[in-house]
Amino acid sequence: MANAAIELVGVNKWYGDFHVLKDIDLSVGAGEKVVICGPSGSGKSTVVRCINKLEEHQRGTIHLFGRELTNESRSVASIQGEIGMVFQQFNLFPHLSVLDNLTLGPMKARGLSRADAQERARHYLTRVRIPDQANKMPKQLSGGQQQRVAIARSLCMEPKAMLFDEPTSALDPEMISEVLDVMVELAQEGMTMIVVTHEMGFARKVADQMVFMDEGEIVEHGPPDAFFGNPRTARCQKFLSQILQH
Amino acid sequence: MKKLILPLSLLLLLAGCSSSGNWGWYVIDPRTSGGWTNIKFLISGMGSTILISVIAASISIVLGLIVALPGQSGNRWLRLINRIYVEFIRSIPLLPMLFWVFYGLPIVFKSLGINVPIDPFWGAIITLAISDSAFTAEIYRSGIQSIARGQSEAAQTIGLNYVQTMRYVILPQAIRRILPPLANQFIYIVKMSAFASVIGMQELTRRANELVVTEYRPLEIYTLLIVEYLVLVLIISAGVRWLERRMGADERV
Ligand SMILES: Nc1ncnc2c1ncn2[C@@H]1O[C@H](COP(=O)(O)OP(=O)(O)OP(=O)(O)O)[C@@H](O)[C@H]1O
Ligand SMILES: [Mg+2]
Repeated sequence: MANAAIELVGVNKWYGDFHVLKDIDLSVGAGEKVVICGPSGSGKSTVVRCINKLEEHQRGTIHLFGRELTNESRSVASIQGEIGMVFQQFNLFPHLSVLDNLTLGPMKARGLSRADAQERARHYLTRVRIPDQANKMPKQLSGGQQQRVAIARSLCMEPKAMLFDEPTSALDPEMISEVLDVMVELAQEGMTMIVVTHEMGFARKVADQMVFMDEGEIVEHGPPDAFFGNPRTARCQKFLSQILQH
Repeated sequence: MKKLILPLSLLLLLAGCSSSGNWGWYVIDPRTSGGWTNIKFLISGMGSTILISVIAASISIVLGLIVALPGQSGNRWLRLINRIYVEFIRSIPLLPMLFWVFYGLPIVFKSLGINVPIDPFWGAIITLAISDSAFTAEIYRSGIQSIARGQSEAAQTIGLNYVQTMRYVILPQAIRRILPPLANQFIYIVKMSAFASVIGMQELTRRANELVVTEYRPLEIYTLLIVEYLVLVLIISAGVRWLERRMGADERV
């Protein structure tokens, strides 16, 4: 518990009267990979967004690397940039070239020189297998390439953990694997990851823990073998049978 | 509408020239030396009108941004300050505000021990800039809000603070939605600068008023005054359309 990278205890969140997250407990050790799945509207994105402070939680505690995440802006500023985030819609900056997308954070938030930031950017572009697109604008890239740029942009901040919110749901089917391959590689290199996805092949390959959410609760939680082989709850069984048919 | 005004006013002018009744176009007839002197006198206000408008617009562009940014912040008190400023300034008619600035503000300054006289020139500029800033702030607001929320979230997750997010991510994208309406707003300032005449600023309207007093030919002189504003505004709106085309063209790249 003391050395968990990300630790949520009794986290609750409301949007007005609507109880989005109900007593969420989740402990992610350093280097662990957690895959979260569940039906639409079950609160998966909200969990992830609370961890990097894009949303505030109202009750319970979130610890990142031993530090409590409070709702004060100072702790927010120090945390963002340490936790990488990849969005479903990529959210690249359309007015900046690929290279400038990657160097912006390191230069402005970390104070790197342009030369150092560019060197780092090229390193991570190579890692996501698009070394030769640095000077293009995001629009000129395919969806799969854009998402890999977004992953590289996060990695340029050298985060201690990465969050992925349905990174492949907005992609054409033929591009999904190029993004998943990069993520598998990242997982194998020991990155701490929380991934919201319905790609169960990916989950089986990398997950240490599977989490199934429904209506704001963690309904089922365990290692992938047990999770896929022998889901305890009817809700989870039903969900799995639905998505595994595809 | 604009297309109609020009031919109509020309028609009016021509009609006046040809008839002799109550018209007295000689006061501004460039062929007579008296008329030419009058025309030069009227047009010489153009410099002040343009200068006041340009300085006031420049201040308003900066002030509007300063007012708009707190309105986008997560802090509700900052947002409240923004709303109060915009609603308050927007609801004050220009003329009372001009009087307050020109006649009232020096008294406030004096009681604070600051000895800053306010002349008609700066009185007009301060009033126009403040009044206009409420509108430019709203232009910034809609421009900023037109940029998807995902952009500022992505900026946050790579560690950028609020000011950096605005400067490097949001404003560069919002600028093409902001610039055309801002330029349009400049037309408003040019027109409103006519009020500066009542505090004695020697600009277009003031010049016309003074000539009317000596020549007693209000119809002809105010007609020329309107034509002066018309020409000025038509030039600016041509500039705005050019800007809009350029911005629109950029978007399609
Ligand atoms: N800003 C908001 N205000 C009010 N309700 C919200 C807001 N954001 C999300 N919700 C609601 O909270 C619930 C959980 O949303 P969330 O996005 O976390 O679900 P999800 O599991 O990620 O779903 P999906 O698979 O569709 O992405 C949904 O019912 C959603 O409508
Ligand atoms: Mg979601």
